[in-house]
Amino acid sequence: MAPLDGIGASLRRKEDQRFLTGKGRYTDDFNRHGQLHAYFLRSPHAHARIRGIDTGRAKAAPGVVDVFTGADTKAIGGLICGWMITSKDGTPMKAGSHRPLAEDKVRYVGDHVAIVIAETYNEAKDAAELIDVDYDVLTAVVVTDKARAPGAPLVHDEIAKNTCYEWSLGDKAATDAAFAKAAHVTKLDIVNNRLVPNAIEPRAAIGDYDSGMDSFTLYTTSQNPHVARLVLSAFNGIAPEHKLRVIAPDVGGGFGSKIFIYAEETVCLWASKQVGRPVKWTGDRSEAFLADAHGRDHVTTAEMAMARDGTILGLRVHTTANLGAYLSTFASCVPTYLYAPLLSGQYRIPAIYAEVDGVYTNTAPVDAYRGAGRPEATFVIERMVETAAREMKIDPAEFRRRNFVPADAFPYQTPVIMTYDSGQYHKVLDEALTLSDYAGFPARKAESAARGKLRGIGFCSYIEACGIAPSAAVGSLGAGVGLWESAKVRFNPTGNVLLYTGSHQHGQGHETTFAQLISTYLGVPTDQVEVIHGDTEKTPFGMGTYGSRSLAVGGSAIVKACEKVIEKGRKIAAHLLEAAEGDIEFKDGKFTVAGTDRAKSIQEIAFAAYVPHNYPQGVEPGLEESAFYDPVNFTFPSGTQVCEVEIDPDTGVTTIVNFVAIDDFGKIINPMIVEGQVHGGIVQGIGQALLENAVYDPESGQLLTGSYMDYTMPRADDVPSFKVGLVETPCPHNPLGVKGCGEAGAIAAPASVMNAVTDAIGKHMQMPATPERVWRAIHGTAV
Amino acid sequence: MYSFDYHKPASLSDAAALLGKAEEGKLMAGGQTLIPTLKQRLARPTDLIDLGAIAELKGIKEEGGALVIGAMARHADVAASDVVKRMIPGLADLADNIGDAQVRNRGTIGGSIANSDPAADYPSAIVALNATVHTVKRTIAADAFFTGMFETALEEGEIITAIRFPRAEKAAYAKFRNPASRYAVVGAFVARTGGSVRVAITGAAPSVFRWTEAEAALSANWSAAAIDGLSVKADGLNADIHASADYRANLVKVMTKRAVLAAG
Amino acid sequence: MTVSVSITVNGKPVTRQVEGRTLLVQFLRETLGLTGTHVGCDTSQCGACVVHVDGRSVKSCTLLAAQADGCAVTTIEGLAAADGALHPMQAAFREHHALQCGFCTPGMVMSAVDLANRHPGGMDETTVREGLEGNICRCTGYHNIVKAVIAGADTMRGAPAKAAE
Repeated sequence: MAPLDGIGASLRRKEDQRFLTGKGRYTDDFNRHGQLHAYFLRSPHAHARIRGIDTGRAKAAPGVVDVFTGADTKAIGGLICGWMITSKDGTPMKAGSHRPLAEDKVRYVGDHVAIVIAETYNEAKDAAELIDVDYDVLTAVVVTDKARAPGAPLVHDEIAKNTCYEWSLGDKAATDAAFAKAAHVTKLDIVNNRLVPNAIEPRAAIGDYDSGMDSFTLYTTSQNPHVARLVLSAFNGIAPEHKLRVIAPDVGGGFGSKIFIYAEETVCLWASKQVGRPVKWTGDRSEAFLADAHGRDHVTTAEMAMARDGTILGLRVHTTANLGAYLSTFASCVPTYLYAPLLSGQYRIPAIYAEVDGVYTNTAPVDAYRGAGRPEATFVIERMVETAAREMKIDPAEFRRRNFVPADAFPYQTPVIMTYDSGQYHKVLDEALTLSDYAGFPARKAESAARGKLRGIGFCSYIEACGIAPSAAVGSLGAGVGLWESAKVRFNPTGNVLLYTGSHQHGQGHETTFAQLISTYLGVPTDQVEVIHGDTEKTPFGMGTYGSRSLAVGGSAIVKACEKVIEKGRKIAAHLLEAAEGDIEFKDGKFTVAGTDRAKSIQEIAFAAYVPHNYPQGVEPGLEESAFYDPVNFTFPSGTQVCEVEIDPDTGVTTIVNFVAIDDFGKIINPMIVEGQVHGGIVQGIGQALLENAVYDPESGQLLTGSYMDYTMPRADDVPSFKVGLVETPCPHNPLGVKGCGEAGAIAAPASVMNAVTDAIGKHMQMPATPERVWRAIHGTAV
Repeated sequence: MYSFDYHKPASLSDAAALLGKAEEGKLMAGGQTLIPTLKQRLARPTDLIDLGAIAELKGIKEEGGALVIGAMARHADVAASDVVKRMIPGLADLADNIGDAQVRNRGTIGGSIANSDPAADYPSAIVALNATVHTVKRTIAADAFFTGMFETALEEGEIITAIRFPRAEKAAYAKFRNPASRYAVVGAFVARTGGSVRVAITGAAPSVFRWTEAEAALSANWSAAAIDGLSVKADGLNADIHASADYRANLVKVMTKRAVLAAG
Repeated sequence: MTVSVSITVNGKPVTRQVEGRTLLVQFLRETLGLTGTHVGCDTSQCGACVVHVDGRSVKSCTLLAAQADGCAVTTIEGLAAADGALHPMQAAFREHHALQCGFCTPGMVMSAVDLANRHPGGMDETTVREGLEGNICRCTGYHNIVKAVIAGADTMRGAPAKAAE
């Protein structure tokens, strides 16, 4: 019998006890002996030349230990971007210098100018006001589609037209030919609004230099501590890897924003050696708004060509992607390789051509945010499909059906790199239509109309590429790293297990899900398994958690490690049971001689391995196995959402009255956790569609939505409960058959919501569909 | 937050004395606006005088047919008060929709109106219900109290002690809230008291104002339909990233109608 | 000038000298080392810092420690029973997977307990959603939090458990 806490069980989470009792340990909860506090002086200007900085008064202020500026930190290597994009003319992308503390210029409001280190946080902050910075304020370039305009100010003096790259993907000639024979062409201008990730835990860091060992420890809010260590060593040059330990303890949400290596942790770590004491920085929300990497911010024109029956013939897309003032750690790949290869959606599209111009502006850096490129692609294709269907008077569900990749066509090669592994798009759509009572919609619309309300329904059939990523494939596309994952399974002599993973959990529930894998594969109950993560001195080198990769890649590494344990255990069991190795079967935690009841539990084998008195010759003692797993392909989760809205035409307020999501994540390990991931993703997507918008003043470059007073975070009373369902089409190329579930909700929801809103009002409009914008769209007074 | 000296006087006279002595003193009621302001270093008082321990400022009662609410009554207390619910239920509803539950557990009516935030809820009720603001020195009529954005008729050091509301026959508040801050983008309080109708609008302009056209229309015909024929000019209304002046003008009308419907 | 602050925190009286500008949340986290109460914003919106002062939920980032002088404060660390048994609301959050990263959770639970206390007759979904508007969660999408709060409130008032959906 399968264990009750193994794969498929909605096991309640192991980690919850500490979080529910206030015993979680987040970075700011740590305090090091002798610790000092840091405050970063930030630029109040979007664009200014620094003529000089006088730190004299600040250094003399009470409690201040030291103040450093860009002139003091030249020994630190610049902040890097780890993915090289090549423009369509063959030239490499142009990455401007990105110093941890600004030297010549400041390039966005919130850019780092100086660090003040003092005995208390208040003293550091008080002293920062005493730093005199002589700024020569320059005109700023702020708006995405104005960055390349003639005469626009240059963010980096040496980078013409503020253009990092002009990149393309697909076959232009074939796409042009498809449009030439189109019976109908749908065209839309689409803005993908800029978002601020807003993990509720602000970023924080403690740098701690040990002069006796000549080594550093960094506590930091990271989704990938090993990557942080690698970058801080190899590129920032703070310390060699073996002299640097990075600890990412409990982390309060990431959503991508904690992948990156920022100025703050880099400088705190470096400064801890300069001042000879630990240096702690905890950001506040205002700083998070200014200086966490933002997400999205695309301006796109898309055209789609159809035959008379609605068959899609071709898709042409031009996108301007705002990269902000500097290239953040993975910024360059998000609007290119994480975006355009997903433009085929769930559809057979013979020809696709996409151009992406990556531009610099005097705004915060833009990088991966939940979904990272895939929500932007999904939004484009799904708005296009919905609009084309309506224009051609074809039911949007039927239009999708006609164009879906059929279930028997996998593996399916798109014209834009990807080979989809598996899926049942028709089945998923049908289940979504049933669960949403699509057939009953006209009656509901009429009932709303009778009350003076506008009702709309919208779909989003999304595809995503997860399980990031096959190393050789991404390497060929410019990635600077491999994207495999690691695991180590250590049996203790008493038979319980420590499972070490290179992944990092910050809400995903790995401590539970990964333990369930051990339960199923090794027969050790989950309460006998401790999952260790987040410390480079404890765990094997790993790439961390993002891109819905932890289970598909990290989980696969765990399976590999389990297989090695079983293989070794089989040798030991054969010896102890005096049987041939080939006759030993392993199941439910027991090694059994086939066809007999002679068996040894895996705990007995573990004990024998550590107390090898009666032990097979040539077998090493101990029971501990590591594995690395490099996927052979991306995974391709898919699904269909149906959103139904009701709009009050008097105020423009949109209420979501029904929301259905059917997802195909392949094999499911813990349905409860998966559904939770879906819920959270959906609300982030709803947030983008209806509420959230990072707005800079187009002239001054001041962030107008710099706090929760102005940036609308979804709250409990903004959203409904959801109806979610799962279809399981196993991934054919990883041992678990899993695809990943972390980003789906956020990828699909903007399109499903906006398709519903535009259905209700009968017009195209841009996100976010705030009440005033909807009201104006209805009443024809567009702003 | 900059450093300051904290005081918690037990009486109004002690509070006045402390304020008089302070180089730059600041009174604190519930602190739900003041503390965030201090945290952002937008104010730098030398002395903070907490009114939280002064018994004279507390309490909600009926007095001579009127509702009297102590300046330090918390929003949650007003919302839950049987006296308020019985005498002016629309006022209890208003209090129940200020900020969030935690803000309502700390924020006070006196602090709210003394601050005169253009997007605060209470000013609309004070004006529409024709309340009287009682201070340590005098009483101030509602129409004279709010003098502009973050400005009131209060003099330096003048402490509000209570607000006296005449009992209304009909009263209700309808609020279109800022989805982020939950302050009022536009809030309309309508009241009929002793046959006289008042409509006070908050959020829409630099300070709360009476919509006299609506008052006339509702005096003639107390129904939401009476508002239909009116129009609101956008001139002089607030405009920000959340709502333009045009949109606010529309909301003034929509929210007023909804308030009339709610008042019954 | 420092002020003397005496507060009963989770049932234990404490007295400390602090700067006047010390927020209650700083007093709890830094002075007393009770790091279960979190800070997620600086504009009194997110609710990660919610604790109970004399039984009512407040944002401890918007209250000076000195204002709580003489009060009883309960934090997330003080919610479970002395024997470690989870409070019904904590248990409901676990049962219904109402937390992911755990950062907003202490404030969310403290707000939920206060909300349940204020609705002894039970709550529907709308009441719960409106009642939690002072707490922002970025992970869960609130779906499971709402379920947990309804269930936790039912247990708190001794109502028979509803059949699972």
